[in-house]
Amino acid sequence: MEAAQAGAVERKQITPSKEKKEHALATRSGSKRRQEAARRKPGNSLMEPAETLRDYHRLMVRIRVFEGLSMRAFRSGLAGGYLHVYNGMEGTAVGWLSCVREGDPIIAAYRDHGYALILGMDPVDVMAEIMGRARGVSRGKGGSMHLYSAEHSFYGGWAIVGGHTAMGVGLAFATKYRGGDEVTHLFFGDGAANAGVLYESMNMASLWDLPVVFILENNEIAMGTRLEYHAADTHMHNRAEGFNIEHERIDGMNVLHVRKDALRIIDHVRKTQRPYFVEIMSFRFEGHGAADHDRSLYRSKEEEKEAGKRDPILLLEQYMLETGVMIEGDIKVVWKDVEQEMERAYKEAADMPKPEPHEVYENVYTDILPEEGH
Amino acid sequence: MTITYRDAIRQALIEEMDRDENVFLIGEDIGRYQGTFRVTQNLYEKYGARRVVDTPITEPGIVGVAMGAALRGLRPVVEMMTMSFSILAMDQIINHVAKMHYMSGGQFHVPMVIRGPGGAAHQLSAQHSHSMEGWFAHVPGLKVVAPSTPADAYGLLKTAIRDDSPVIFTENPSLYAVKGEVPSGVDYADATLPPGSGDESASSDDFTVPFGKAAIRKEGTDISLIGYSRMAHVCMDAAEELENEGVSAEVVDVRSLSPLDSSTIFASVKKTNRAVVIYEDWRFGGFGAEIAAKIQENCFDFLDAPVGRVGGLNVPMPYARNLELLCIPSKDDLLAKAREVLG
Ligand SMILES: Cc1ncc(C[n+]2csc(CCOP(=O)(O)OP(=O)(O)O)c2C)c(N)n1
Ligand SMILES: [Mg+2]
Repeated sequence: MEAAQAGAVERKQITPSKEKKEHALATRSGSKRRQEAARRKPGNSLMEPAETLRDYHRLMVRIRVFEGLSMRAFRSGLAGGYLHVYNGMEGTAVGWLSCVREGDPIIAAYRDHGYALILGMDPVDVMAEIMGRARGVSRGKGGSMHLYSAEHSFYGGWAIVGGHTAMGVGLAFATKYRGGDEVTHLFFGDGAANAGVLYESMNMASLWDLPVVFILENNEIAMGTRLEYHAADTHMHNRAEGFNIEHERIDGMNVLHVRKDALRIIDHVRKTQRPYFVEIMSFRFEGHGAADHDRSLYRSKEEEKEAGKRDPILLLEQYMLETGVMIEGDIKVVWKDVEQEMERAYKEAADMPKPEPHEVYENVYTDILPEEGH
Repeated sequence: MTITYRDAIRQALIEEMDRDENVFLIGEDIGRYQGTFRVTQNLYEKYGARRVVDTPITEPGIVGVAMGAALRGLRPVVEMMTMSFSILAMDQIINHVAKMHYMSGGQFHVPMVIRGPGGAAHQLSAQHSHSMEGWFAHVPGLKVVAPSTPADAYGLLKTAIRDDSPVIFTENPSLYAVKGEVPSGVDYADATLPPGSGDESASSDDFTVPFGKAAIRKEGTDISLIGYSRMAHVCMDAAEELENEGVSAEVVDVRSLSPLDSSTIFASVKKTNRAVVIYEDWRFGGFGAEIAAKIQENCFDFLDAPVGRVGGLNVPMPYARNLELLCIPSKDDLLAKAREVLG
């Protein structure tokens, strides 16, 4: 599992597009210019104010607690279908999305509760969607895997592995067409990174100079298939090389690291209006979905225990304790606060009405209703 | 003006691109190469690379990128080099394009058109001759139209580009050279095939054909011949021959598969009491079967004979010209079925 070691950071600098040709030749001649940088120590090199650290902490805790409740909803029968929680990956979404500018399009796969909460979607509406209620963000027609918010430029919520990647590039296409400077943030998993359409999309993004960040959230597993069993080169960011897209691997378990890298990368993309590929290493603490009960099929308890030491929430708590930003008591208060907030949301959502039968016909088309009846 | 089906499509594209800056074309070899079937000829020169986008050969990617652009307010018109290649993009079209409006509870819509030639051309054999419109019409969330005349190609394409739902616009390669009258200026003259049932809104500079309206191409009293795209022409040819035999056939050009104008079809069948449905797609499980079933469900008491159905032979399209012609439903196939239904 050398390749999959989270926190190992490497960066590949690619020449700008005008030098495409020379670069391609250099690559072909076999010169590997990969830099293996040392694992970075946790640290607040951005000098974030204490208040900001507390915010990131609370955001991560909100996701963790919300996910606990979404699993409860599943177990109690209030939620059905497929439901995938984000536990262990909070550092990625919180760190990255803290750097996103309002109006930047964001698109992701089905493990999407975390983004929704961070972007400011009401946990009641998100939980209501998970429970199939009329007031859910998608009016009860999407469910856990299909959260959307036009207000927050959140374009989903997609459940065909890899299928949304081309759409992500299309969001950036519109930016270029219109002459804007938004950056599109396209999240997908290591499993999705094997889908052919991703490579079609990367090619077009680079060919047409589109401002999109391909954010590969590498939790080293696709359902029950470990990274080393699904990827020919487990450093998946290297695949961007062939498309002349700058790429690197970063650590996703430390929210401050993610933020620091995200600020730099997003700023770079906004300036260059070129795509970028970042592989963010993380760990999925829970099973693939709420129905995945036997994790021993693909990993050991020891491995989970080891990974637990890198829990993004724990790491930040340790750091804040060390630096005196918080004391134990403060941390407890945050968890308690958030638990109360989310319990309220859970209850409120569970008490909400289900969609009316006639709504089944709505939103198939923008202007007409489909033929009715069986 | 009398122009070809191909020119009518191009004219609609030009007018919509001029009308709305958000409309752009995207597809393989549509720009510098002028389009495989020359539908987009000269448009690259006219609008440049920004609005006539040549792509790599990557149908899923093209559809996905177009969809993303549509989500942000652009109105892409995707050209499928042939509709057979849309099979590669089925996941994008069915799982993504057709679903987003619904799955997002109406928050997002996908105003895009996917157009291109569908059906057999000339000896292109098994991988290039698919009729896909029935497959797409099966999918809730997609609108599907299949024009048979230059006027309809022009008017339906304008409607398609202005529609906020995704539209599959299928052309038939055998029709590109067909000439017909397309409204322009104040004059509205009849075409090779009459333009329809009078639903069109014609004005000096803005003629469109609405979705969900079939056209009665020829009135008749003894039997209804129902088809679309190339098969509407086969219906007309057969009707002419039946006329010589003293049989008055009515021809219904379906034009819009989804939404489907059932009421025009039913009204015709209730009048003639006999019907034959014809479609180029494989006969088994094709769109014509849906029409036939609907007639049976809704006009049973009016029928004097079982509904006739003529479709393509249930085989991969062969290369040899004689075999290919055997597969594509012809006037004679339709006449044979019509005579059977007439008893
Ligand atoms: C096209 C397709 N094939 C298979 C599946 C079933 N499936 C759902 S999620 C998944 C694993 C994806 O793993 P990854 O992309 O790494 O995302 P993660 O679950 O780790 O967040 C699979 C195989 C699917 N939804 N879509
Ligand atoms: Mg994964």
